[in-house]
Amino acid sequence: MTVSHEWPLYEIFVRARGGLDHKHVGSLHATDAQMAIEHARDLYTRRLEGVSLWVVRSQDIVASDPNEAEALFEPARDKVYRHPTFYDIPSGVKTL
Amino acid sequence: MNAILDGDRGSVEAQRFDFVLQLADTNLILGQRLGEWVGHAPAIEEDLGLANIALDLIGQARHFLSYAGECEGRQRTEDDLAFLRSEHEYRNATLAEQPNGDFGQTIVRQVLVDIYQLELYSRLQSSTDPRIAAICAKALKETRYHARYSAGWLVRLGDGTEESHRRVQQALDLLWPYTAELFDASGSDRALAAAGIAPPLSEVSEAWHSRIDSLLAEATLRRPKDIPFRWQGRRGVHSEHLGFVLADLQFMQRAFPGARW
Repeated sequence: MTVSHEWPLYEIFVRARGGLDHKHVGSLHATDAQMAIEHARDLYTRRLEGVSLWVVRSQDIVASDPNEAEALFEPARDKVYRHPTFYDIPSGVKTL
Repeated sequence: MNAILDGDRGSVEAQRFDFVLQLADTNLILGQRLGEWVGHAPAIEEDLGLANIALDLIGQARHFLSYAGECEGRQRTEDDLAFLRSEHEYRNATLAEQPNGDFGQTIVRQVLVDIYQLELYSRLQSSTDPRIAAICAKALKETRYHARYSAGWLVRLGDGTEESHRRVQQALDLLWPYTAELFDASGSDRALAAAGIAPPLSEVSEAWHSRIDSLLAEATLRRPKDIPFRWQGRRGVHSEHLGFVLADLQFMQRAFPGARW
């Protein structure tokens, strides 16, 4: 096991520009949050990809259980009426 | 001490050329040294971190070298100056050419240079030489990040495990004697300060020492004793290591003169 694998994993979120939300871009190893920010800056924003960074310890993320995917997501499959496709969109509205 | 060693080289123009070369070469040689880590750093994240800093430093060196070429007025380009000078014509601080050692030693060398550049550039921003002022104002943004990176690591390692503490203290003891040169004002340095081109080195020294002292305290490291000996890299007299760095750096242009890609 190399040193880097003893470092905790962090998930990295980058905000591309003001007004947009932070998007998940990947993960990296770091000893602490400060180092995670610095590594994220070096790894994920070196080509002007962002104006803001979030880092979150991967272990702090609570994920849904893939085994429950059926129960969680399947029931939505036959409820097409939940999509707002039955409305007429007024012609003047541009941003909908 | 002879005239060259005293840095007393006649006209302000010659002194300006020499000074810009000092700024360029410290960046160029340290950038080359950091580049040696690529593929060898203790973690892939650090590999990229060090490579990023190396590229920043080489980018700064390019600006300074181009300007040095203009100051000299002999039509030498940044590439001519980077690749086609011999060892005694390089003006980098001797500290920059010291070997990488382990990661801790690289970090100690880096933090000593970063804080020096931080204090130097922030003053050079108001140099009476507008080109130097502009390059330093731009470089300072990068340098602030470099100092944050290296200072962060110094504290982590110094205040880390018993072994990391022992290793960075050893590296500090090894490299400390090279720092006196940074503030050792020659006749040329004093003339540049009088012309407002560069800050008085005593002022940079004071700011550097105060920052380093508080950083060492935070990292639980002991500041080594000063020794009277002064290295003279900024005046072209180098340690035995620079030749090997240049062999790597210059090989392509020496073997294939004028090669481009």
